[in-house]
Amino acid sequence: MFTPHTKNDVEVMLKSIGAEKIEDLFKVIPEQFRYPDLSLAPRLTEMEAVAELENIASANGTTKDFLSFLGAGAYDHYIPAAVDNLLQRGEFYTAYTPYQPEISQGTLQAIFEFQSLICRLTGMDVSNASHYDGATAAAEAVILATGHFRNKRKKVLLSRALNPQYRQTIRTYMQTDETLQILGDDAETGTNIKNLIAQIDNDTALVMVQYPDFFGRIIDYKELIETAHAHGALVAMAVNPTALGLLTPPGDLGADIALGEGQPLGIPLSFGGPWLGFFAVKNALLRKIAGRLVGETTDVEGKLAYVLTLTAREQHIRREKASSNICSNQGLMTLAATIYLSVLGKHGFKQVSNLCYQKAHYAAEQIASIDGFEVMFPETPFFHEFVVKCEQPVDELLEHLLEHDIFGGYKLENDYPELQNCFMLAVTEKISREDIDYLCDVLGEVDHD
Amino acid sequence: MTEPTIFDLSVPGRKGVTFPEPDVPEIALPEAFLREDLPIPEMSEMDAVRHFSSLSQKNYAIDLGFYPLGSCTMKYNPKVNEVTSRLPGFASVHPLQPIESVQGSLYLMYELQNMLAEIAGFAGVTLMPAAGAQGELTGTLIIKKYHADRGDHQRTRMLIPDSAHGTNPASSAMLGLDIVPLPSDERGNVNLDALRELCDDRLAGLMLTNPNTLGLFDENVVEVIKIVHEAGGLVYGDGANMNALLGVFRPGDVGIDVLHFNLHKTFSTPHGGGGPGSGPVAVQKHLLPFLPDPVVGIINEGDDDEAPLYGFIHPEKSIGRVKTFYGHFGVLVRAYTYISMLGQEGLRDAAEKAVLNANYLQEKLKGTYTLPYDRVCMHEFVLEGRWKDVPDIHALDIAKRLMDYKFHPPTNYFPLIVPEALMIEPTETENKETLDRFVDVMLKIAEEARTNPQLLKDAPHNTPIRRADELKAARDLMLCCSSGLE
Repeated sequence: MFTPHTKNDVEVMLKSIGAEKIEDLFKVIPEQFRYPDLSLAPRLTEMEAVAELENIASANGTTKDFLSFLGAGAYDHYIPAAVDNLLQRGEFYTAYTPYQPEISQGTLQAIFEFQSLICRLTGMDVSNASHYDGATAAAEAVILATGHFRNKRKKVLLSRALNPQYRQTIRTYMQTDETLQILGDDAETGTNIKNLIAQIDNDTALVMVQYPDFFGRIIDYKELIETAHAHGALVAMAVNPTALGLLTPPGDLGADIALGEGQPLGIPLSFGGPWLGFFAVKNALLRKIAGRLVGETTDVEGKLAYVLTLTAREQHIRREKASSNICSNQGLMTLAATIYLSVLGKHGFKQVSNLCYQKAHYAAEQIASIDGFEVMFPETPFFHEFVVKCEQPVDELLEHLLEHDIFGGYKLENDYPELQNCFMLAVTEKISREDIDYLCDVLGEVDHD
Repeated sequence: MTEPTIFDLSVPGRKGVTFPEPDVPEIALPEAFLREDLPIPEMSEMDAVRHFSSLSQKNYAIDLGFYPLGSCTMKYNPKVNEVTSRLPGFASVHPLQPIESVQGSLYLMYELQNMLAEIAGFAGVTLMPAAGAQGELTGTLIIKKYHADRGDHQRTRMLIPDSAHGTNPASSAMLGLDIVPLPSDERGNVNLDALRELCDDRLAGLMLTNPNTLGLFDENVVEVIKIVHEAGGLVYGDGANMNALLGVFRPGDVGIDVLHFNLHKTFSTPHGGGGPGSGPVAVQKHLLPFLPDPVVGIINEGDDDEAPLYGFIHPEKSIGRVKTFYGHFGVLVRAYTYISMLGQEGLRDAAEKAVLNANYLQEKLKGTYTLPYDRVCMHEFVLEGRWKDVPDIHALDIAKRLMDYKFHPPTNYFPLIVPEALMIEPTETENKETLDRFVDVMLKIAEEARTNPQLLKDAPHNTPIRRADELKAARDLMLCCSSGLE
């Protein structure tokens, strides 16, 4: 399959090599290990493979079949047709990393535009060409910060309202640094930002918070950022890019690092990936940033050109002294985000951001008016996600909703034992008022005995 | 022609894709938190489409021609993969849906774990790592945790052959391991004497790429692994070059302890201009408890009437989570599609034709270009891009000149142990006519190096840009477009 060789080709080529049969080329492999018998299903033609994959896919329920209020780090937004249509150009998706700039200007300019868009959205000075996802971008921020202080500051503070998966990934990445303390996200500190601020000291390398936070809340981080800076610590903000259509960008708030999950920018949910980690810093940290960077230059004739730059930081040059082991970026996903923001433009993107905000607030208000349901943190502003407390076990409630073709939200208890009977709902522009009213009808039928 | 940026194309007030007006009563926005401006482009949908279409035409790609980039396995990316991975049943699935509603995804992942384990000879696989480099990080973390779990805290040294990819030392260094370079012998194998000397109770492991980046299968692989194991170390297999071994040899059979795959190389998933990759990691039985959390498993066996229930399993001594959710699922669907279409027969055929193509090119080129390790190669080989009689010509010049003939250049200046290296990997999907055309051009360039060296020095001549000033890019850093900003 996919090999074009005729019998005659093989004969001519073998003759040229001076071998009798193809097997002769593998004599270097110890004979007892050569040609193992693999237990794999018989090969399929393309037609059969498509049928098989369609069959497997049909065993999934989708956000098209169900009314979905799931968020918690992944959001079901509308993706304009132009995005995927352009992504499917073979010139983009069957190209390699743009190491040869003369024949990679398309990819390079698109990354340059992506970097620029991320800088403008976040209000930061420099963006790299991306990380794998929000969680690994968060881990890279911790690596950057500890390296920035030459490992002399031994404390990293994470907000408890930072995505639990980000916190888990950071701990995985940093587990071999036995002297580093990762604190601030314990149940005792809780999700009140004051308790986190109280833990900032001169041994703190980094404070990481989320904006809007994991529960969708828009927190005022002014005091936290001032306190961190007064102690010489860096501040990283994990941000939802959709919210930045409306909200003051982290750069303006004083963050040193802005990072996040780019999935909401035109990338399908696809059961968790591939998505897009974005990562941007202020100029002072420019040379500490990991990953690929595209810069503008000229060619020998003075023509505008784009190249990968500052590559001396990277693994293929520096090997064990590299700032990170990262090799690939999320090339095609950065392109998706760049196209998404370009076809929506300022107007469309603001619309999406506003629709999410308005619909989520309508939903919260309606749910709050149903007996037996309480919207948590009522005093704190939120963006498009909020926490609801119910009277019965969340599993029962979600099961009930599922029976009515609703993915009702995300159960918080597993990650936050203190939030018993709480679940979280996200509302995007795809949800209509009718959908919300239907959800409320179903919630209203729930038995509270 | 220079293509303006999206910021240059922006005209205030112009709209692209629009959305419906709110169907709910609008409330005031949180005034104190609102941004003042949103400086992103304003353009029509068609302007955007033309812009990105025009950018695409400035790229070289597998769909356009021969891409013999060594160690990158630029094989054909079947179009059907793009169809299956976009099926709504896969693309429109939220990762936090109840497991009963994602049985299709979980089944596919479970089966793919088993397929990869079977192909490489291992007990279990995690699909979570996002790329080869993250697979390496995962694998080395597993090795570190394995030793720590046994109380072997003094095992901090990782041996890395001098021919290894840069990610190998970078991944190990991230985890605080001491990197110890391991020299190659004159046939391109691991130097056994040097290896023996370096093996003691400080040894954490060896990172072995086999076939290595010279395209050579280590002739002493069994002995190498034995030496490391006897010293209490583990062997990490860098599976970047698995394409040569599909259906021919299973690294797990000779005792490699951990191995990562690059689905975007070996299993035909597109490189996407630099990602997304996918770097599943396979382990032997003794390392199963250390796999990242979670892996996919059967949580209820089912019976004659009921299908098994797939779900998530949490390995007891797991190194933890290495990324969000479960892996690059969309990439996994493509790899699954590919393996289903090849089966055992097709996998072996792919490896055999990849090796046949590489040896054919090696044979045709080795008289004209120096072949420092003259052996039967696997899927790739490394030439020297230099000649004594024209000392001014470098591998870079040859690489750039190839672009004038509409070929993507080989990997150059890697591996580091070959001066002026040109690393050539044709892959199995290229036909003989293409290989012959490439040979003709390579021979012609060798001739041009003598008759008109300036042609090489000035190359490329007919690409969207000529040679770019990389020093200027690094000196006058311009990483962000300021067009339209005050």
